[in-house]
Formats: sequence, C-alpha cells, structure tokens
Amino acid sequence: MTVHISTLNDRTTVPENSKSSLNTQEFFINMGPQHPSTHGVLRLVLKMDGETIREVIPVLGYIHRSIEKICEHNTYRQIVHLTDRMDYLSAVMNNWAVSMAVEKAAQIELTDRIEYIRTILAEMQRLQSHQLWWGVTGMDLGAFTPFLYGFRDREMLTDIFEETMGARLTLNYIQPAGLMFDIHPDFVKKTKDYLKYFKPKLEEYEALLSANPIFQQRLRDVGILDREKAVSLGATGPVLRACGIPYDLRRVEPYGVYEKVSFKIAVGSVGDCWDRYSVRMEEMRQSIQIIEQLIDNIPEGKFITKKPAAKITIPEGRYYSQMETARGVLGVLIVSTGKEKPYRFHLRSPNFNNLWTITQMAPGSRLGDLVAMVSTLDLVIPDMDR
Amino acid sequence: MSTSPWEVESIAHRAASAFQQGHVVSTVGYLMLGLLLTASLMTVVGIVLIYAERKVAAHFQCRLGPMRVGWHGVLQPLADAVKLMLKEDLVPAKADKILHLLAPYLSLVATVLTLSIIPLSPSFQVVDLNIGIVYVLAVTGVGVLGVLVGGWSSNNKWSMLGAMRAGAQIISYEVSATLSLLVIVMLAGSLKLSDIVMSQADGWWIWKGHGVSLVAFLLFLISSTAELNRTPFDLPEGESELTAGFHTEYSGMRFAFFFLSEFVNMFVASAMMATLFFGGWMPFHIGQWEFFNAVMDWIPPFVWFMGKTSFFIFVYMWFRWTFPRLRVDQLMLLEWKVLLPIALANLLLASGVVVSGFHF
Repeated sequence: MTVHISTLNDRTTVPENSKSSLNTQEFFINMGPQHPSTHGVLRLVLKMDGETIREVIPVLGYIHRSIEKICEHNTYRQIVHLTDRMDYLSAVMNNWAVSMAVEKAAQIELTDRIEYIRTILAEMQRLQSHQLWWGVTGMDLGAFTPFLYGFRDREMLTDIFEETMGARLTLNYIQPAGLMFDIHPDFVKKTKDYLKYFKPKLEEYEALLSANPIFQQRLRDVGILDREKAVSLGATGPVLRACGIPYDLRRVEPYGVYEKVSFKIAVGSVGDCWDRYSVRMEEMRQSIQIIEQLIDNIPEGKFITKKPAAKITIPEGRYYSQMETARGVLGVLIVSTGKEKPYRFHLRSPNFNNLWTITQMAPGSRLGDLVAMVSTLDLVIPDMDR
Repeated sequence: MSTSPWEVESIAHRAASAFQQGHVVSTVGYLMLGLLLTASLMTVVGIVLIYAERKVAAHFQCRLGPMRVGWHGVLQPLADAVKLMLKEDLVPAKADKILHLLAPYLSLVATVLTLSIIPLSPSFQVVDLNIGIVYVLAVTGVGVLGVLVGGWSSNNKWSMLGAMRAGAQIISYEVSATLSLLVIVMLAGSLKLSDIVMSQADGWWIWKGHGVSLVAFLLFLISSTAELNRTPFDLPEGESELTAGFHTEYSGMRFAFFFLSEFVNMFVASAMMATLFFGGWMPFHIGQWEFFNAVMDWIPPFVWFMGKTSFFIFVYMWFRWTFPRLRVDQLMLLEWKVLLPIALANLLLASGVVVSGFHF
C-alpha cells in the first residue's frame, strides 16, 4: 500500500489513460475536517477526475488528545475514565477492555453478577451504537428521516443508561474489580420493555431503508473490500466480517458470559457496502437475543469484588487483552514495572485500521460512493486520533 | 367540445378589452392586479410551502416541528424571513462578483415568469397564452442558468461540482418531462392551458387517456422531481456529498432566493400536473351524471385547483422525507436508458390513441 502525501503539491495533471478528447485535469479537493459526512474531524484529501475518485489520502490529527500519554501519568483506576472519551459510542466496551486487562494482570476474580451485567450492558451499547450508525447512514445517503428514527430509539436506551450509570454518553461504569455501583432497581424491567418496543422498530428500519431499491443500488457492489486486503490492513468488526471472515472475539476468545449464550456471527460474502450494512443489521438482532437470554438470569452477588482501592498495582510484565467493540477489536497493551502507573500504555483501536481500507476501496468510484463507504465503515474519529 | 358553463377570462384579456374600449384606468388597474397577483402568489406560496415542508417533515419524523412562534409555529416562516434578511451578505473574495450576485435572481425570475400563466380558476389567471405549455417548458428551463452561474461564480470546487451536476440533470430530465406533456397536448389538441382544462369537463385526462396519460403522468412526476432538485434527485445540493452544492457560498437572502424559487417551482410543477392530468380547476365530473356534476360544481374551481395542487406538493414532500439520494451516474442512467425510451414509446402510442380516437 503506497500513500504519498507529497502528491498534494502535484496539482495540475492530465489523467493517465484518459480516453477523453477533452483536455481535462485532475484536481484535489478536501473532504473534511468539517465536511458533514466525515463524521467528526476526519480529513480526506481526494484526487479527483471529474466526479471519479483517483486517490484518497486520509489526514488525521485534528482531535488528537494524547490519551495514551496521559494514561501513563495516571493510576489504573484513573485510566478507565479516559477510555470512554475515545470511542464514545462503545464507552462501556472501552471501559471493560481496560478493566479486563488490569484484572487479568492483577489476577482479580469477578462474581457472575458482574460478568452478566457487563455483558448485557456491552450488548445494549452495541445496539445503541448500531442504531446511531443506521440513522447516520441513511442521512449520508440523502434520507434524513432514518437519522431521527435512530436517535428516537437510541434515546430510550440512553435513559436506561442514565438511571444506572448517571451518564448519557461518556458512560463510566465498569471499573477494575467490578462495577461502580449496582444496577438500578428498574433496570431489568425497563430493558425488557425496551426490547419489546424495539423489535418491531427494527422491522420498520428494514422497511424504510433496507427495502428501498435506491438505497440498495447505492450500496450493492460499492466499495468492495477483498479479504486479503481487509486482513492485511488489520480491519476488524463488521468491516472484516462483511468480507466473509467470521472473526468475532465474542466467539474466538470469549470473555464475560458470551460462552453461556447462543448467538450467530453475522457474516457477509462480497465485502461491499451492502454487506457491511447487512452485517450490522443482523448484529442488532443478535444483540437483542443475547440480552434476552441474560436479562432474566442476572445472579445475585457482589457488584465489586475488591474494596475499591485508589491504587491497584500489577506485577512487572507486558499484558494485552482485547475486546469486540461495536466497531471491531480494541486491544489494550499495558507494560508494567510493578508501580501503580503503567510504564507504557497503548491502545489498538478498531477505527484506525478500518479507516485505511478506504484507500483500497475508493479509487475508481464516484464521489457519492465515498460517502457510502465512509458511512458503512462506521468511523468514530476520536478513537483513531487518540 | 365542452358542455360546461365555465367561461375563461384572464386578467390580461380583460386589460386588453378595457384598452380597446378606451378605459385607461381600468387597463392600468388590471395590469396592476396581474402584477400583484403574481407577486403575492410568489410570496404566499413560498411562505406556506416552507411552513408545510417543516410540518410534513416533522410528522414523518415523529416530532413536532416549529411550535413556539405563533399557533403551531405558523409565524415561524415570517421569523425566518426576518432572520434571513438580517444576515450578512457574503461574497467570497475571489468569486466572480457580478455573476455571484446575479445568479439567485436568474433562478427567481424563471419561477416568477411561470406563475403568471397558471390557471388558478376560470376568472383568476394572469395571462392565457395560446402556446402555454411551450412557454412553461421554455421558461422553467431558464432556472438551471441561475444554478449553473451560482455554482460556477462561487469559486468553490464543491459548488462547481454541484452546478455541473445540476446542469446535466435538469437539462436531461427536461426531455422526458416535455415528451410526457406532449401526450396531453395531443389528446387535448391544444397548447393553451385553459383549453386543456376545458377539455376535461367530462372527465380528467388521467383516466380518459387509456393508460398513455397515466404513463405520461408517472414520467412527468419523476422527471419533474429531478428538475426540482428534490430527493431522490437532490444531487446538485447533496449536502452529505457536496456540503451544500451550488449554494455553499450563499448566505442570507440570496440563499433564500434559491430556496424560494425551488419551493415555488414545486408549486408550479404540482399545478401543471393538476392542470394537465387532473382537470386543473375543473370539478370532478362523470359523463352524463347531471346531478352529481351539479353538486361537484358547487365547490369553487379555485378550491378544486388548490386541493389537487396541494396533494401533489404533499407527494413531493413525501418523496423527500422517505427516499435516499441516487448517485450521479445512476441518475443519468435512469433518464437516458429508462425514462426516455419509455417516454418516446408512450408518445408513439399516444399518437395512435389520438389518431384512432380511442380515448373517451
């Protein structure tokens, strides 16, 4: 893969292999950082030949906050609070990933209650993340109504989260050794009510957007990513599974109580935008199933196993753990020297790797297709610009 | 041709006869009335449609829309107008200043010119040209000039892309729109809008035309949506692709002019569909059912016209808040490989229908 930022200076070139008798010139255009469909502050420099994309060059760094470096100056309990600011749509999973790394290293045992609640919340968060993604995808492709439908349904989950966790976006609930506090007394009932409400809504989603021929035409055979490229670029999550590779950490390296529930891994076959769309739609159904299997069986027990000490120390060594977030694999690497703060803290974020697949998918397609591609990659920019 | 009691008298016609009789004051009065009617129609249609669009969108999207300014937010469009007038009027430093300032007016002028010819009721039509349909098609074609000039003069690549798309799109779809209107011209045997309305006294063309007019109607519905730059054909604007397309660099009133002309164009297109396919101001009549027809005649023609037009406006809004946007090459493919062949075949079929006198 070759990406030369230096080509930015190469402004006026006649397209190679141009069959046109017209004297056309390639031009550069900036998509972002404030572009409506670059989902935050992503900047894509496009080399265009009319409406056809010749090259896409992602430029990052507009929201960089040095989270990894800040983490190295904080204790393990404090680190957790920074992670939900990265991929804010997978806040619970991010918290869990770091907590899990610390728990493994410090060999902290957890009760079943903690594992159940964590798993349920992670699936609820996945559902919520996919709802927002669905709405945004509709909006990116010119249909504004789905955006508000997605938000309407997301809002109700947010209310449930608010009752239990006290926050609406940057959820901060999972901590090493357990949870911040126990679930709200209404949590189980409200979650069950919500699932009852949302199941027919998911069918509405399908009728409004998935069944629309224009929408299908915009996604099918657009932005095809072949398996080899997906793997070599380190793509994970729905982006990888859409290529037909059933790699899902919830199955491959189960954590929480995923071993106790039955669910299908959604996979695509072609690896185009439509497959990425379908995979996420199926994942919503599977998340509902997982929650349904667990919600009535949350065991009694402690919600935290160790007295919440301000300082947890972990033995000297390198520790790595990973988690399947809504967008793919989030890896946490901790290098410990046995002190209360990590010597080196590194995150492997799913969005960063998924983004680079766009450099392989986009060339040769139209500008409108790029919007579909960015949309179905489901990017959260603060997660790449850590 | 018709058995109806209606007598069409346009304002221009009245002014002409007053002039012939030497009534100078009446002539000037009629001319002023014509101007006033066109101007007020423009304003009222703009304001009402902006409000309607927001309310329709809100109900499609399970929300309320404007509610605070006036009863159910009815004064919101006025508040918006005041806001837009107070906004800073920006022209990019390296834009072609004269063209940049001129473009919104080009769009607006094209729209105003069509308004004067629409038959709102037998007594309420500014001009009744004998080449009505040709005039409408010619004048609406000018609208694209405003979009092209606006996009080109802004000195912004996104605007330029939007303008190029608009040029290609509007001009292409104009072909299908024209071909589908020709079907009604052949059936009615006239280009004059009042004649076309009168020819529907015993039934509307949509079902009198034995299917060919139904096909023509669907073709016109699709191609007019494209000409109006509305979803699923809103590519020139395409906010998620081109940030805002041809009007990215426009602010305040100049931006509003583009949108006003879009909304009024929507009214014009709906009015054309109502007039040509659904009888215009003509009440719903069934053949020899005298009593039924008399009851229908009780409803004023203006109400009939507005009712039909409003329905089509609602259909356009329905499209907008339901459909995603096509891609630029799919859009062109739809016109040149699908709609155009159908339109041509339909026209041929229609000529057969007319020659054989197969229609009712």
